Amino acid sequence: MNSFFQMVARHRVLASTLFLMIFPFIMPYEALAINILVFGLFAMGFNLLFGYMGLLSFGHAAFLGIGSYLTGISIVHYSLPWGTAILVGVIGAAIGGLIVGFLAIRTRGIYFSMVTLALGQIVFYIFYKAESLTGGENGLRGVRVDSFNIFGIPVDFLNPLVKYYIILFFVVIAIWFISRILSSPLGAVMEAIRENEKRAAACGFDVARTKLLVFVLSAAICGLAGSLRALHLSIVPIDSLHYLQSGQAVIMSILGGMGTFFGPFIGAAVMLYLEDIVTTFTRHWMAVIGLVFMFFVLFFPKGIWGTILDRLYVKQDTKK
Amino acid sequence: MQLLTGIALGSIYALLALGLCLIFGMLNVVNFAHGAFFMVGAFMGIYFLGITGNFWFSLVLTPIVTGCLGLVTERFLVRPLYGRGIDYPLLLTFGLSYVLIEAMRVLFGIEGLPSVTPDGLKGTMNVGIGYFPKYRLFLIAATAVIILGVWFFIQKTRYGLIIKAGAADQEIVKVLGVDIAKVWLLVFGLGCAIAGLSGVLASPTRSVNPEMGIPILAESFVVTVVGGMGSPVGAVIAGLLVGVVYSMTSLFFPDLAELSIFILMAVVLLIRPQGLFGKAGAMG
Repeated sequence: MNSFFQMVARHRVLASTLFLMIFPFIMPYEALAINILVFGLFAMGFNLLFGYMGLLSFGHAAFLGIGSYLTGISIVHYSLPWGTAILVGVIGAAIGGLIVGFLAIRTRGIYFSMVTLALGQIVFYIFYKAESLTGGENGLRGVRVDSFNIFGIPVDFLNPLVKYYIILFFVVIAIWFISRILSSPLGAVMEAIRENEKRAAACGFDVARTKLLVFVLSAAICGLAGSLRALHLSIVPIDSLHYLQSGQAVIMSILGGMGTFFGPFIGAAVMLYLEDIVTTFTRHWMAVIGLVFMFFVLFFPKGIWGTILDRLYVKQDTKK
Repeated sequence: MQLLTGIALGSIYALLALGLCLIFGMLNVVNFAHGAFFMVGAFMGIYFLGITGNFWFSLVLTPIVTGCLGLVTERFLVRPLYGRGIDYPLLLTFGLSYVLIEAMRVLFGIEGLPSVTPDGLKGTMNVGIGYFPKYRLFLIAATAVIILGVWFFIQKTRYGLIIKAGAADQEIVKVLGVDIAKVWLLVFGLGCAIAGLSGVLASPTRSVNPEMGIPILAESFVVTVVGGMGSPVGAVIAGLLVGVVYSMTSLFFPDLAELSIFILMAVVLLIRPQGLFGKAGAMG
């Protein structure tokens, strides 16, 4: 069992790709699987900042929303091809991350959470007010991508399973990218900053620049999640920018296990699956999510995956 | 005239930020459910007004209810998390805000309640430069009384002395034989009671629905960041400032009204990251 986990940890990109290949067949329907894919990526981007560098942002919906809206606007108003539209979304989110990050990293700790929440609210109001471009309260409609050709092969984007695998292609690239970041020297500096900012600075690392860089990377990944979501839903609801959406990233990371590689994905899957089940019984699913979340904060702060990993390491230690 | 409207709005912000600041200064906990307690206060206020028909009654009962909710929250939810870092209580109260929002939806429906202005405070009144809604004048007066009351409580009473000492150095206070856990409990309850009270006071001036606490939470964070965290004076002055900035921009540039206070915050952050009244280096 242990060697299995070690193998998964060593080949984490391959392992997650293989698992996600068969994932839609485990889920009750493909739309839920795509949702988990998109929000898993969103939570992973958030976790880069929160889990690995210890910065708790409450404004990450801004980047999900910017990605969604810019991709949507590119397709609806400027008829750009979908690939370019995704690129516009990701770059836009990265630029948004640069501006928000520049202001937010001037503060620390709790202030950081407050400032990101407040700046996220600004982005919300900007897109809300720009009604001619974004559709305001009704959201942006008609982000349609029906079919396209990849190297001359026609692809039917309306087929949910085909859509899943196309979105998976982008998610896998992002997962590979995140894995590369984490195992690079940058990843080590991030964890050093999380553990002790002053000591990291004393070691000669430029703390402010690292923070800003990771903020931008995290925003870009969340922007990609937003772009993919716009293509998946073919509308962009104004909710994408809402503070509760930022909260979802927080909840997913904590449920799955912050600061772990697979945690955010597991958190997203558990939360969305739970939402799917609970809504068939009651419309007050938010209360259930809130209670489950509070339970985890109180008793399992390391989340599902983090707790599993802990148990494994304890076992290993006692063997020695 | 617009200045007075701004002050009326600002006094709500000041009150909310004061509650946040009280809890943070003492317990080092950011109450993310503060907006939710404000929302619960607004609902309770209208509910009690409906039952008793007396506004003063609901003005007294509501803070008692939200205060007790706060006591329970501190004792059973926040207390186990002390010493586990600053993020955990924040996360917990964030989860709590989900539950409170849904609880109000279950009790009062998702649409919310129509807001009611108490009979004696309807209509307008001549204030010398023009006519002004009576209720807003009452709002300004009431919050002034509450803020002065809290100030008096902290500055002039024995309990206030303990609270101030506890915020400065909890170890010493413990050694002096004060049950610090009980003080924390009461401070958290007091903060939540103030949040509920501002909810009742604000309810006639805005629409009462379960989501009303969310924008106001973001706005009171702006107030705390502008004022400088942990500074009660900063909270009150920044609250008024934010209210005035908001109503002035909504007069001259209505499209920018919601954005204006966030722009104010961005400017303050660029010039003085620790806030107007915060001490340098207090941002840890």
